[in-house]
Amino acid sequence: MNHYTFPILLGMLVGIITRLIMLKTDTRQYPTRLHGKIVHIAMGFIAAILGAVAIPSIMKKDFSALTFLTLAASQFRDVRNMERNTLQQLDGFELVPRGSTYIEGIALVFESRNYLAMMASFVTTFAYFAFNSPIAGVIAGIASFFVAKALMSGSRLQDIVEIEHVPLRFDGAGLYIDNIYIMNIGLPARQKEIMQYGMGFLLKPKSMDANITLSNLGQRQAILHDVAVGLGVVRDSGTPALVPLAKRDLNDGRIGVFVLPQEQDVKKAIQVIGNVPTLENAIRLSSEAPKGRRTS
Amino acid sequence: MILEKCILAVITTDASKFAGGAPLFTCHSTEEMEFVATNLEAILDGIAHRLQENVYIIVKHF
Repeated sequence: MNHYTFPILLGMLVGIITRLIMLKTDTRQYPTRLHGKIVHIAMGFIAAILGAVAIPSIMKKDFSALTFLTLAASQFRDVRNMERNTLQQLDGFELVPRGSTYIEGIALVFESRNYLAMMASFVTTFAYFAFNSPIAGVIAGIASFFVAKALMSGSRLQDIVEIEHVPLRFDGAGLYIDNIYIMNIGLPARQKEIMQYGMGFLLKPKSMDANITLSNLGQRQAILHDVAVGLGVVRDSGTPALVPLAKRDLNDGRIGVFVLPQEQDVKKAIQVIGNVPTLENAIRLSSEAPKGRRTS
Repeated sequence: MILEKCILAVITTDASKFAGGAPLFTCHSTEEMEFVATNLEAILDGIAHRLQENVYIIVKHF
């Protein structure tokens, strides 16, 4: 035991707790319970140790130890690759796939959360040494929890669109939501099934930015996937005609979302759609572009 | 080139209108046409789309 022990331990503790707070498995069941989580807790543990020893190694003038941080960064980049590969492999067996944009977003989040854990433990040990008091360390730790929590919560679809339930209709063989053409369903039996199980929603973008974000195919696939996970889906491997789809009105950018939820609850469906995360890779902020590059 | 869609079969009551690469199924009535289309949809794992009143095509969407 020396005078570095407690600051390092405190930093590690804060780092691990930060990672645990951010490791929340919700309805989407990812990371998978227990084993999937253990991988991330272990990585968070390593991140926390690295963050905690950075300041003591500077104080001991052991700068070579610091260079190991760069090595660690490449380790965490592998987390992203690992997540991406796993999810892409699994996506082929989903009835309604997540889509690459969603997968890339999830992988990115897993990598960045390790860095957040590292930062939290770094800040904690730094505060401990700077003020030479464990209380300062604890306060810095608590502050970093809040920063991590704030960084963790991205925006949701309900922030950028208005969601409205619209009945489905057939015009000949064409399936429509309002005036948006979804697809051609030929067989009367299939049309009947779609009218029985299908639900239509209209997403009206609140701004030009939302309009462009919503036009992203990955963002739309994420909506379909989340609805299928939240409410179930009336679909199987041998029923290609029963496929949830989201199509766009070319005139005003409204999106017609056609879903086949097992649980026929409009209110819940609107809630689920509203809670779909706006994917980082789909967000475009044309309104912040300099003049001349602006879309509107 | 990767194909994203492919016509697997054409089902019709008027064979005189069609020729080409896809297998053509000629039926005598609308009921028979729907019956064949339903079966082919399930067998081929494609979607039965209606092109005209008397024409169905089975399309595989990859």
